[in-house]
Amino acid sequence: MEAVFLAFVLMLSIFLGFELISKVPATLHTPLMSGANAISGVTLVGALGSAGAGIDGVATILGTLAVAFATINVVGGYMVTDRMLSMFKKKDTSGPAGGRS
Amino acid sequence: MSEQLINATYIIAAALFIFGLKQLGSPATAVRGNLLSAVGMFIAVVVTLFSREILEFQWIIVGIILGSAIGAVAAKKIAMTSMPEMVALFNGSGGLASLLVGWAALYNTGNTTFTVVTILLSVLIGGVTLSGSIVAWGKLSEVMNSAAIVFGAQRIVNALLLAVLVICCVLFAMEPALDSPYLYAVIALSLVFGVMAVIPIGGADMPVVISLLNSYSGLAACAAGFAIHNNILIVAGSLVGAAGIILTNIMCRAMNRSLANVLFSGFGAVKTATKVEGEVKPINTEDAYLILEAASSVTFVPGYGMAVAQAQHVVRELGELLEENGCEVTYAIHPVAGRMPGHMNVLLAEANVPYDQLIEMEDINPRISNVDVAVVIGANDVVNPAAREDENSPIYGMPIINVDQAQTVFVLKRSMASGFSGVDNPLFFGENTRMLFGDAKASLSAVIGEFKG
Repeated sequence: MEAVFLAFVLMLSIFLGFELISKVPATLHTPLMSGANAISGVTLVGALGSAGAGIDGVATILGTLAVAFATINVVGGYMVTDRMLSMFKKKDTSGPAGGRS
Repeated sequence: MSEQLINATYIIAAALFIFGLKQLGSPATAVRGNLLSAVGMFIAVVVTLFSREILEFQWIIVGIILGSAIGAVAAKKIAMTSMPEMVALFNGSGGLASLLVGWAALYNTGNTTFTVVTILLSVLIGGVTLSGSIVAWGKLSEVMNSAAIVFGAQRIVNALLLAVLVICCVLFAMEPALDSPYLYAVIALSLVFGVMAVIPIGGADMPVVISLLNSYSGLAACAAGFAIHNNILIVAGSLVGAAGIILTNIMCRAMNRSLANVLFSGFGAVKTATKVEGEVKPINTEDAYLILEAASSVTFVPGYGMAVAQAQHVVRELGELLEENGCEVTYAIHPVAGRMPGHMNVLLAEANVPYDQLIEMEDINPRISNVDVAVVIGANDVVNPAAREDENSPIYGMPIINVDQAQTVFVLKRSMASGFSGVDNPLFFGENTRMLFGDAKASLSAVIGEFKG
């Protein structure tokens, strides 16, 4: 029964994803991709369980590595997306020199 | 904390992801959207740490400190022009994490066959994402040859590989022992398969690969979610999977090719374009200045060459000079210009070009004949009229920016070599085309010098 329930969640999320993304303008495709990429680092949540459960030595090593790589994905992904997005500016009407901040 | 409370908090995290993605849809709200999504991730991670299943924290702390340091340094240091490589590596990192989570999940007791199958899926998709991303990174950073690598029996080899992979999965699922050789075979074969899947895809098709790998990294997280029965992984993973598939689809449409065509056939391997012959008309920077100075509307059409020449800042400077001169300046961006979706937009944004001056292909084409000068900087295929006219061209049918219909076209080009796909570009011989040979950055700087001098 749980499998059916999880599959149900999967189906709804996929449809939601399609609805959310299909309206994003081309200008934002790169930040969208890296932002989505950071979200896929959610594997971190699962990795925490493997690294901290203390079941087995091998599982702990695998889990710790998974935590490290997923964190790279999460931290790097969000930071780089933020860096990119902060560069997108509307036309500066105050002067032709362009507002460098 | 009880499992129910944790799952309830995951709902909040999922809602923040969804709101975040929604706000990423407009430049005005995108920064906040990204922040919301990061807050969602933070909540999900913190609440998981309170789970009763987690007994030891030392390894978690080690992993998080290590990952944060690497991720933060990479995100701060990376040059905007290298963004495609960076995204590829982050994708690969996410894929590897899913592979490892799946693998570690085998050590949980009482796994049902369904769970074992989802574990295998997460290992498999994670492995393909990892090695595929590394190959993509190699091609993008020119560590390896970026052209398509195609050999005769490729499809047969791939089919065999896939068959063996499936057989190993089935054999392992029937007897899921932790030291089963089939497990190692599945990991190894999925890595090989990732490499095989990406090598036949050529440089100009990279935007498709990057978005597809992005989708895979989401699907891998999703499969890992099934493996460990975790809702937030499934929700977030499938959101990302869907996002990647949509981007892939947009990229394919922008090249008028099916996904299968991009994935399985090396670009240009099938047809040879009709060779166009003619005489190119070179122009020097002085004359280019005179024409630009008299123009009342100028459109810049950037391509990957602009990224290579790091010319985005001089492009913006020239654009500003032209505006001061009373000229209307726009930037026309083809959806697949560059090496990843939206590559040019990011580079121009970095150079402080306001995003409302960036115009999409469908919006510029109807009024391109009113443009006095179209300046093509390091773009080739996306402005190649052969896509419209020559049925033998490998890019025939691909929508292009019709710069050849502008009053005058300047093509900035290093020399007379053909572009990525090896297609001869009739644009270069056009009646109204002037070639400005040399490094794009140097040429534009020279024109700027004329303006100032």
